[in-house]
Amino acid sequence: MRDIKHFLRATHGRGGADWTDWACYAYLLAGLGIMLLPVLWLVLSSIKSPAGLEQAPSLLPYEPVRMEVPGRPGTLPLVRVTAGPAAGRELLEVRRLGLQSQLIDPADPATLIRVPITDRVPVQRLRPAWGNYAEVIARFDFLRYFYNSAFITVIATLITLLFNAMAAFALSKYRFPGRGTVFLLILATLMVPPTIILVPNYLIAATLGLTNSLWGVIWPGVATPTGVFLLRQYMLTIPDELLDAARMDNASEWRVFWRIVLPLSTPALAVLAIFSVMWRWNDFLWPMVVLNRSEHFTLQLALNAFQGELTTSWNLLLAMTVLTLLPVTLIFLVLQKHITQGIAASGVK
Amino acid sequence: MGWRRWPGAGFALAMNLPERPMRWAQRRLGPSLAWLFVGPNLLVFGLFTFLPILIDFWYAVTGGTNLLPGERPFTGLQNVHALLACGDYRDPATCERDLFWHGIWNTLAFVLLQVTLMVGFSLLTALVLNRRILARGFFRAVFFYPVLLSPVVVALIWKWILQRHGVLNAALGGTPTDWLLDPHGAFFWTVFVSVWAHMGFYTLILLSGLQAIPRDIYEAAAMDATGPLTSFRRLTLPLLMPTLLVVLVLSLIRAVQIFDEVFVLTGGGPGTATTYIVQFIYETGFAQQVREYGMAAAASLLLAGVLLVLTLLQLRAGRARSGA
Repeated sequence: MRDIKHFLRATHGRGGADWTDWACYAYLLAGLGIMLLPVLWLVLSSIKSPAGLEQAPSLLPYEPVRMEVPGRPGTLPLVRVTAGPAAGRELLEVRRLGLQSQLIDPADPATLIRVPITDRVPVQRLRPAWGNYAEVIARFDFLRYFYNSAFITVIATLITLLFNAMAAFALSKYRFPGRGTVFLLILATLMVPPTIILVPNYLIAATLGLTNSLWGVIWPGVATPTGVFLLRQYMLTIPDELLDAARMDNASEWRVFWRIVLPLSTPALAVLAIFSVMWRWNDFLWPMVVLNRSEHFTLQLALNAFQGELTTSWNLLLAMTVLTLLPVTLIFLVLQKHITQGIAASGVK
Repeated sequence: MGWRRWPGAGFALAMNLPERPMRWAQRRLGPSLAWLFVGPNLLVFGLFTFLPILIDFWYAVTGGTNLLPGERPFTGLQNVHALLACGDYRDPATCERDLFWHGIWNTLAFVLLQVTLMVGFSLLTALVLNRRILARGFFRAVFFYPVLLSPVVVALIWKWILQRHGVLNAALGGTPTDWLLDPHGAFFWTVFVSVWAHMGFYTLILLSGLQAIPRDIYEAAAMDATGPLTSFRRLTLPLLMPTLLVVLVLSLIRAVQIFDEVFVLTGGGPGTATTYIVQFIYETGFAQQVREYGMAAAASLLLAGVLLVLTLLQLRAGRARSGA
């Protein structure tokens, strides 16, 4: 504790902590709340039952208790009486009449007890509805959407790494007529945002028979200017002597690329792989245009479709949202440092 | 060598298969072998970037609802004229394509407000994170985390918070508001949510810009008893300016293309209050009963013109940054 105080005081060089330090910590704390609480709230809400979601928001998954009574249809809510002769008893509410609440004791269902509605509160108990997750997985083809998303993400990332590394290899290790033009052409595609070529891309995907196919999502994005640029800059730092030594041993150019340049570029490949996984997992507009049948939907498309249909089943929608953000969150927790450094160094997203 | 430790020996084995054909190509082609390596990339770029640009122009000057370029009747600049035909540009209701003009004005308002808030808060956060504070890495990660969330997830998180019986209304008390059913409320929340989701990215870039400023400059300033505000205005701001320009233009380019989060959060509504320009393109080309590819392409090209100008600005800003 004294260390922390010392640290706080020492932040501003000479003298104690001045107002700017306190303002900074206040800002960070507010930021912490605004950035993390929404996600936390989502996770907490996702383990609430529909009944729990319907009442005034509570932090933890509380749920009103309901009980069956012989001779009465359905279940009745359990309430605790707070004042009057029946104070402290837990009774079942049969109905509300104006300002009166009619209660019965489950042990003696024949006797009606009348209590003003202000003198009773619903009994709640803490019960996380883990069943939401089981239901999402069982009822909504979740595994298929997950598979579609995972397939696109993994295959597209592998192809992206291979294609972009090949291009970067040629652009950094060969001298050939047209090299400068090719590099400029590739960089120029940075200026073409995917939104403005949406319509013609759909035509080309349709012509190639790629609509309503996961490959239709994969192929258009496997060549990325960002990836080529990132890898080329990195490969330029690999000394040519290493390549020449391998060639002396009669290695083919493919072998030079595959066994020497590629393994040495692992740091740059890792950065590109992280980017590619994020792009693909979160991709929305292009998959929505290409994939029309629900059996091809990715998780993002399925979530979007469900939020239109299932306005009443928020508990399932929330559980599915959590399942969708889980992989990305896990990757972030493990690779946080590499991701932030990679972005800061390359300035891309 | 590293590849031996890679998981999936079968995959590694498969990647040795190109060995023989490549050796043969190497003998035949000589130095032109490089084209085999750039080939796949160029093919994908050609098919899905360069060719589409050309087709975009053809679509824009043809009409009808046929997807096949050959079967589309040439209509000249009719699409562009239809988009631009307006009694009074300030009032979309007088325009032939009122949704297009709603989209333009909404996007303009969105960009102005969102970019201002985005750059402002990113800068503030970067400045705070650049100080010697407790748990700096943790806070940096916290501000960055939403960047990784998908737009759909982001939109659903906030939809859940903002709904009538949601936690925001409960926390504020009073009569519950349908935040997303009020035109001004919906507009504000699309701005807020997009800043929330992307701020961390720009913060990170500004932070790396700040860390490139040598510390001894501040020490010299401290010797001259310069206050924190003066040192910010006189030292930090000018030295950070190149990075700040890059962030400004980059966030402009992204803001003009806003679509995903908003589409899920508000669907462009209520009415047309949060219909932005990319949603107009998407709906005209793909979501209507009658798919008007020509109109969508014409609008795309107008958008492309704006983005081209912004990108050229970005390149200039980038050059200034690397030159500094």
